[in-house]
Order: sequence, then C-alpha cells, then structure tokens
Amino acid sequence: MTDRKSFYLMTPALAWLTGLMVIPCLLILALAFFRRGTYGGIEYTFTLENIGLVFDPLYASIFLKSASIAGLSALIAVIVGYAAAYAIAAAPAKRQPILLFFAVLPFWSNYLVRTYAWIVLLNREGLIASIVHSLGYEGELPRMLYTESAVVIGLVYNYLPFVILACYAPLSRLNPEIAEASRDLGGSGWTTFRRVTLPMTAPGIATGFVFVFVLSIGNFVTPALLGGGQFQMIGNLVYAQFLTANDWPFGAALSMFLIAIMMGLLTLQTFATERASGARQEDT
Amino acid sequence: MRSQANPRLMLMILSAVFAFLYIPISVLFALSFNEGGLPTAWTGFSTKWYGELFANQEIMGAALNTLIVAVVSTILATILGTLLAIGVELRRRKGRFLETIIFAPMIIPDIVLAIALLSFFSLLNVTMGLHTVIVSHVVFNLAFVCSVVRARLKTFDWSIVEASADLGASTPMTLWRVVLPVMLPAVIAGSLLAFTLSVDEFIIAFFTAGAGRASITLPMQIFAMIRFGVTPEINALATIVMTLSVIALALSQRLNRGGLPGQ
Repeated sequence: MTDRKSFYLMTPALAWLTGLMVIPCLLILALAFFRRGTYGGIEYTFTLENIGLVFDPLYASIFLKSASIAGLSALIAVIVGYAAAYAIAAAPAKRQPILLFFAVLPFWSNYLVRTYAWIVLLNREGLIASIVHSLGYEGELPRMLYTESAVVIGLVYNYLPFVILACYAPLSRLNPEIAEASRDLGGSGWTTFRRVTLPMTAPGIATGFVFVFVLSIGNFVTPALLGGGQFQMIGNLVYAQFLTANDWPFGAALSMFLIAIMMGLLTLQTFATERASGARQEDT
Repeated sequence: MRSQANPRLMLMILSAVFAFLYIPISVLFALSFNEGGLPTAWTGFSTKWYGELFANQEIMGAALNTLIVAVVSTILATILGTLLAIGVELRRRKGRFLETIIFAPMIIPDIVLAIALLSFFSLLNVTMGLHTVIVSHVVFNLAFVCSVVRARLKTFDWSIVEASADLGASTPMTLWRVVLPVMLPAVIAGSLLAFTLSVDEFIIAFFTAGAGRASITLPMQIFAMIRFGVTPEINALATIVMTLSVIALALSQRLNRGGLPGQ
C-alpha cells in the first residue's frame, strides 16, 4: 500500500527525468553510431567511424593537452583544498561551520563572473600589472591572460570550494584518539599524518580529484575566456561539433567518451574506497 | 580535532585560501563603484555604472528572461522534487537504479546534458526558446530540491502520518496538513537553492535557448559581454548577481540549518 502511494508521488518527477534526461542521453548514445550527412545533419546508417575518430591521432594531442590541464588543476585544487579543509577541521568546533560556509560560498555564485574576475586581475592592463607598475617596475610583464596557466588558475579557483567540502567530511569525522595512539607509539607528527590521517581521509581526496578532473576536461567556458580560445579541451571540441562544425555524431561520440571517463574514474574511486574501508575493518 | 596541529600554520593556510577565494570577487565589487571603470586607477566613488546598467535595454531584457526562467523552473522543480523526496523516503525497498536516476542530474557534466537536450529538441522539431530552457532547468533543479528535502525527511517522525490517517485524514489531506508544514523550511531552502542555480546556469541555457536575442538569459549576456569587449557595466552587473546569489544562499542555509547540500 505504501509502495503504491510512493509510486504515485514519484511518478511525475521520474517521468520528467526519463523524458528529459534518460531519453536524450540514450539518443546521444545512439547518435554516436550514425553517419554524418553530407551537408551536416544525420544519415541513419550504422557506423563505428565516429568512435574510431575519437581515438584518431589528430585528436590525441587535444586529449593529452586537456587531460594534462585538467590533471594539473585537479592536483593543485586537491593539495590546496586538503590543506584548507585540514585547517578548518583543526579550528575550534564552534567556528567550523562558519568557516566552511564561507569557503563554499563562492561555489554558489555565478561561474562566469568568477572567471571574469580573473580577466580583470590578469589582463595586460589589469590589476596585477598596474600594481607591479606602481611599485616601480618599468619593464614588460610576461603575458598572463590567455595562457595555459590562466586556464589552470581559473579552474582551480572555480572548483576549490568543492574540494574543500569533499575533504572536510572525512577529516571532521576522524577520531582524534587514533592520531594520539600513533603518537603514543612513537610516530612523529609527519609520520602520523602520512601513515594514519592521510590514508583515512583518502576517499575525500579521491572524490575531489575525480570531480575537478571531470568538470575541467569537459569545460569549454574557462578555456574560451581565460585561454583566449587557443586551448581546446574536450568540452570545446564537443561545443564546436554542435555549434560550428555541425558534425553531431562525432560530437555525440566525444561526449560519450567524456561520460566513459567519468564513470571509469568514479567506479575506480568507489572500488578504492570500499577496499580501503574493508582493510580498515580487518585491522580492528 | 587534532591537538598537534600548529595553530600559526593553520591560520596562515586559512588566510591564504580565503584571500585567494575572496580577493578576485572583492576587486569586481570595488571596481563597480570606480568612476573611471578601469582597474588601472581609482578615480573616485560613483554609482554611475549602476545607472548605465539599468538604462541598458539589452541587459534588462536578458535579466527579465532569467527571472522568468528561474521562477517558473523553480516552481515546477519544487513541486516535482518534493513529491519525489516524500515518495522515495516512503518506499520500504531502496533501489540502486532509482538512486542513480535521481543522483545523475547533479553529477552529469553540463555540456553532455546540454547537447543531449539540444539533439532531442531538434529531432522532435521543437521550436526552442525560453520554454525549452525552463523544462531543461527543471531536470537538475528537481534533483537538488529532492536532495535537500530528503535530508530533512531522514529525521521525520512518520508516526504522525499514521496518527493523521487513524484520525480519518485522506492521503492528500495528510500530505497537505501534516507532512508539508513540517517540511516547509526544507522545501523553501531547496527552492531557493534551485532558484540560485537557475539564475546562474549558463551552458544548458546556451544550448537550449535557440537562436535569436528574444530568449537570451543573463548568463548568456554576460558571456557575450566578456567575450566581445568588456564594458565597465559588467562589474556592476557582476556585483548585483553575486549579491543576490549570496542572499538567497544564506537564507537557504538559515532555513535548512543542516548546511549546504553535500555537506
């Protein structure tokens, strides 16, 4: 009886999600196996060409580039975010919620505005340049905006709050007695951190890394605005197939590849987390 | 948490991270009141850029479109998401498949959902405009509303529902008079969050708004302004957009007490 009521309550929302998420995503999956029409459009014959094209050496350099930018951004975000989460978790318990709130707040403000702020800072006539010049430096500054570093800074800036949140959760649950035990047994502060705290909070780090990596590799806004359109991420490639090159089947294949990367990383992360928690249970 | 954490080091880390997070935003804020409008020199306090902003018909049109999209998609998402949350929590069997479907809109990369919806609408020959942006925004918004409401339902005392039924109330009556009043703070918190997300959402709107200026939203306008020549009005616009998000979020947090989703 309850299950029937629950079914009625869930139906409208599940119908909405089926119609406007599941079916469109299945459509994209199907599209990846069709041929591109001569004048754009889609020809309904089965082909594996698009999938093959994804692994074409022509695009390998774009993939490597976007993977390295996304990987670097995720790495920096995880290091900085973990340090911040650690410092928040070490603060007096009363102050932790407010610190966390302000750490996460920027994440919920407009993404474009946050990215634009970096244009203002890094611009040739921007704030950083004018501060440096006002300090008496006369020479030409290296180009800061429209570089790979600008893209990495933008990505780290935008996704850092998420990493702080992901790392804070396991850090705040950590039992202080375990670290104490390690020190009583003669472990130094660093050893305790490396051998006890870090492994026990690894799931948060993994979650943070995976999300920053996936969101970065599929991003097209930050490379377009801070990279000046010189750097193509997979996201820009997908964008181009749909809005300029008009090769939807290839765009669909690329986005399936994106989803595959995400699912692969998430599965790996779940697997690693389960193994870690399993190992912990065996220890006790 | 840990007594061995060096307080001075911790303070340094926090100061550095908060400076990194807040300096860029604060610069925009200050700049929006700069008479000259450029970051190179402070030429005096002025609200003239706000005046220019409100006189700009294009921006105001985009703002109105965003308001329509956000209000309508939030109302729809709040209804659907709340019903979904109650339905899921009422169920005795928890299915992994169901959880995945509900969780998916929150983690699927925007660009994938955006192109999926674009292909879907064009295949069905749907004319795209604000209505397609609205129905698309409901997809992720309902998932966020659902997650906020579900968090509250975890501590809900279901025996009052039984009591209500024993006293002869029908199911819709129980939902309306018993469940909803208890849930209301979480429902409002969820809808405020949905509203903020919808106001700020760019990628899905960009792909599903169709061609033409008629259905351009504020983030699309901001994107165009950043890409094709920055005018100082954008600082004023950024300040307003940011302030509104912060207010909505602070309200949502206060109502919800439990913290932001994911926390």
